[in-house]
Parts: sequence; structure tokens; C-alpha cells
Amino acid sequence: MNTRILMALLHKEVSLMRRNTILPKIIFIMPLMVMLVIPLVANLDVKNVKIVVVDNDHTQLSKRIIADISSSPFLNVVAACGTHGEAMEWVENGDADVLLTIPYDYSKNIVSGVDQIDVEANGVNATKGMIGAGYVSQSVGETLVQWKDENGIGFPVANISVVNRYNPTLDFRNYMIPALMVVLIIIICGFLPSLNLVSEKETGTMEAMNVTPVGRFTFVLSKLIPFWIVGILVVTVGMIVGWLVYGLVPAGDIWMIYLATILFSLVMSGLGVAIANYSSTMLQSIFVMFAFIMIFQLMGGLFTPIGSMPEWAQNVTYAIPPRYFIEIMRSIYLKGTSFIELLPQYMALFIFAVTLCCVAAISYKKQA
Amino acid sequence: MENNAPVISVKDLTKKFGKFTAVDHISFDVMKGEIFGFLGANGAGKTTAMRMLCGLSIPTSGHGKVAGYDITTRPEDVKRHIGYMSQKFSLYGELSVKENLKLFSSIYGVSNADFKKRSDKLFDELGMNDMHNTLVKDIPVGWKQKLAFASATIHIPEVVFLDEPTGGVDPVTRRKFWELIYKASSEGMTVFVTTHYLDEAEYCNRVSIMVDGHISALGSPTALKNKYGSDTMDEVFRIIAKDATRSD
Repeated sequence: MNTRILMALLHKEVSLMRRNTILPKIIFIMPLMVMLVIPLVANLDVKNVKIVVVDNDHTQLSKRIIADISSSPFLNVVAACGTHGEAMEWVENGDADVLLTIPYDYSKNIVSGVDQIDVEANGVNATKGMIGAGYVSQSVGETLVQWKDENGIGFPVANISVVNRYNPTLDFRNYMIPALMVVLIIIICGFLPSLNLVSEKETGTMEAMNVTPVGRFTFVLSKLIPFWIVGILVVTVGMIVGWLVYGLVPAGDIWMIYLATILFSLVMSGLGVAIANYSSTMLQSIFVMFAFIMIFQLMGGLFTPIGSMPEWAQNVTYAIPPRYFIEIMRSIYLKGTSFIELLPQYMALFIFAVTLCCVAAISYKKQA
Repeated sequence: MENNAPVISVKDLTKKFGKFTAVDHISFDVMKGEIFGFLGANGAGKTTAMRMLCGLSIPTSGHGKVAGYDITTRPEDVKRHIGYMSQKFSLYGELSVKENLKLFSSIYGVSNADFKKRSDKLFDELGMNDMHNTLVKDIPVGWKQKLAFASATIHIPEVVFLDEPTGGVDPVTRRKFWELIYKASSEGMTVFVTTHYLDEAEYCNRVSIMVDGHISALGSPTALKNKYGSDTMDEVFRIIAKDATRSD
């Protein structure tokens, strides 16, 4: 490898990137857009659960149960119906997620210990129905405990306290934001080097390079190194937006984030260059890259937790590089995990980076 | 032609693409300092042959040596000693004139001092002194060709390969371009040039005419004209190429 040639090629890459009419804008605008918009829309938090109630009891207790439910910020009583059948219509029309039925003489029977409040969940939107039903049961439970206490009905109450560690409010954004930076690197550092190389093939400058004594490792490195810088810029923009807009700062060390970013940028740009080496047109390279990116996004643990995938799929995710980067980012951001604990993930990224860069260099042929 | 050692020496060079034989057992030598014209109809195999000589394409069989290195076994050494100007303009449009030259001279290991000396001289000769910082995509076609030639020869290679360097260029610029070729040759570079313009063939020391992957004629323009009893290379070419079966 020749440092002087590498420097000359890097100078060329950086000049071309700077003078490109859209590239510098993409590098800044895309992270901004994604970080500002996606956390607001791609939100799995269960809020505004719509509840329809059938109160057959009509006592102080039943009214209090309903009032407590309506006062919850997540629960919203949309209707009170006279009969169960009427209430089911709301559920069937998709206007209610949870149906709560308080039986006749409920407050009388409770003294004798016969609890029979019905909570029915609308399973069409499974997440919302399940979590909503849980919220409703919890709310009813709390009201009952208070009421029994006030009325001197002594029951041994099992106190269950749930504390959500690391993401105290279970805010979906805190979970998404570190992973969104991963998505940005996947797209920017995956597509751009691939397109860059194929465009050199299409314009013929690639041939001009192939007829010079430039070594293949030197040439491929000149394509990969600029994307370290791009990766670092993208993550920096992401972290700044996360801090300014969402007040989320990493609990761990920032250098660990940058180290993972550099490794992962290499993984993605190595893959991009390798794909470009096998493509002769931009269309081909975009298509193949897109297939990889789809799998990376869906199986990397971004939206769907890897733990809830079937076992065979969980095994497949070990071969999906973003899996490790997402784990690293979430751990650093939310838990402040130390480097030693994350060493296996860093090692995995390192191995992927080295392998893919070698594939990129070897698949680059100066001769046909 | 001050020296008798061949700079390019080719024996039975063949390139097949599947069943199609693009170049079929061609053999020839090119001497140091010679301007060697490589003629042929479209699809005759000129570009394929030239790409093999430049180490861009691996020969199917046969041997070739360029600047003392075997093109099959040591293509990267060949590349260190040659310059190549492709048919398709292939400098970086978004880099300036000077940046393009600098890039190629760094790749060939030309020292900064030598680069400064040579580029200043080149800019003077080409009349491009006010264009140093112009982006290459913004300069006119004629200048682009000259610049491509300059960047292919900035490291003073032993052989420079020119693939249809004057395609799409007006006669005045073509004339000037040939002056550049003569100058390079007088400085000791060997010039290997393909062309479609038969008047240009007259400027070469020797020409070969390829038909359907074979070399059908080889010699100085005068010798060829005598052999085929015609006054111009144009006529010679017509006589030789009339049996060609391949064309675009």
C-alpha cells in the first residue's frame, strides 16, 4: 500500500463529495428529518386507550371506578352503555379498545369477596388491546384497594410494584432514538459508497483508475475511509437532535458510540463497495443493496425485539451486523454499559468490518 | 525509431468472449519511439487488443510484453510504465484541470517538484494557463482531449496508448492533437494509436490494419500504398476491409 497514492485518492474523494450538489445536503438533512419525524410517528406507546363501560351497579363505588379510569392520562372513556350488546357494537366498529362491565350488585357482593368485573379487550389492535386491558385492570385494582381501605374492609392485599429500569417512563422514543442512528448509518454508509463506485464505472473513470498502478486495497480504502467521517457526522447530528429535541443524552461514554460508529460504517461501506463490484449499473446495485437493507431493518432488532422472534430467526440475527450496533447504542444510551461488558458486540462488529472490507478489496477486479 | 529493441512485442495474442473470438492470434512488434497506428473497422478487435496490452483484459492465449513486462503475469508492472487515454473521456468532471493532473501524477509517483515543472510547461504549451482551476466538465471538448492526453503522459511513460483520441473533434484541433503526439514521440515515448481517420494513418510511422480479429496488413503507409497500388491509405483500407464480416 502506498500512502501517497491513498492521500491523493482521498483528496479526490473528499473534493468530489464536497462539490456534489446533493450529497452534503443528504448527510445533514437526512439525519435531521429522520430524527425529528420518525420518533413522533413510529410510536408504539399505548396512549389514548378508548374504553366503553357498562355500569349495571350504579353505586358510588362503580361511579368511582369509572371516574378513576377517566382521570388516567392514557385511558379515555368514550361511552357508557346500558347493555353489553350495545357496548359490543362500539368494539365491533373499532371505536373502543376495551370493554369494561361492572355487574349488578357489585358493591354488595364485594363485601362477601365475590369480585366479578369483566374486562374485555379488542384483539384487532393486539398491542393496544392487551396493554389497555392491563391499564384498566390496574386502575380498577387501585380504586378497590382505596375503597376497601376507606370502608374498613380488611383484605390481605398483594402489593405488586412494577419499576421500569433504564427507561423509567417506558418512553418508546428513548428506545427508538439510539436505533434510528443505526438506520441512518445503514442507509447513508451503505448506499452512498455503492452508488459512488458504480457511477465511476458508468462514467469510465473507473477504467482510468484500473489502467494505473493503483493497488486494489488502496483504491478500496479510498472509498471506505470517507464514510467513517460521514458516519461520525451523521451520528453527531443525531446525538445533537436527540439531546436538543428529546432531551436524551447517552448514559455511557461518547467515545464508545463513535468507536461503534466507525466499525459499523466500515461494515456498511464494505458491503456497499462489494455489491458495487458485482454490479455494472446503478440500478443493479440499488436493488441488491435494498434487499440487504430490508433484512437489516427488519431483523436487526430495530422495531421488533429479537427476544420475541422465533428461535430460528433469533439464530439468524447473529449474522445481521446492525443487531450488534443496535445493542451497543441502546445499552450505552439507556444503561451506560461499560466497554468491557459490550466487548462481544464490538468484537462481532470488528470481525464483520474486516471480513467485508476484505471481500470488497478482493471482489474489486482491475482486469476483466 | 532510434532504437531497435521492441517496446511492445506480441505473439499469437487471442481473446475469446465465450464462442466469439474478438482477437485472433495477432503478432507484431512496436519499436521504441515509434508512432504505431492500429487501424480497423468497428468491431475488428482494436480496443480489445489494446485493453489486453494495457493489462485491463486478460488474454485467453498467446503472449505479449509491454515495456519489458509480460502482460499476463505482470500486468501491474506494465501499468506503471504506460499511459492510457480511453475512447470515452474519463477524467473527473468535478475536479479542476490541475487537480486531475495532480491526481494522476501522484498515482504514478511523480514528485511534487517534477509535477510543478511539467504541468507549468504543459499549461504553457496547451495554452491553458487561465484554466488551472476550471472544473473539467466546463471546458470544451477539444481541450478535454488535450487534457486527457496530458494526464496520460504526465509521468512520461514508455508507451502511451491512445484509443480513438480524436473522435468527434474538429480538423483544426485534430491537427493540433497530432502535433502533441509528434512531440511526445520526439521525447522518446512510443505512441500506440487507434483511429478511424485514414488521413491520420499517414502520420504514423507504421500501421496495422485489423479485420475480423486478424491483422491483415502491417507496414509503413508508403509500403502499404505501394503494395496495394493505391495513392491514399483510404483506398488501402477499403481494399483490405471490404471482406470484413463484422461491423456494428
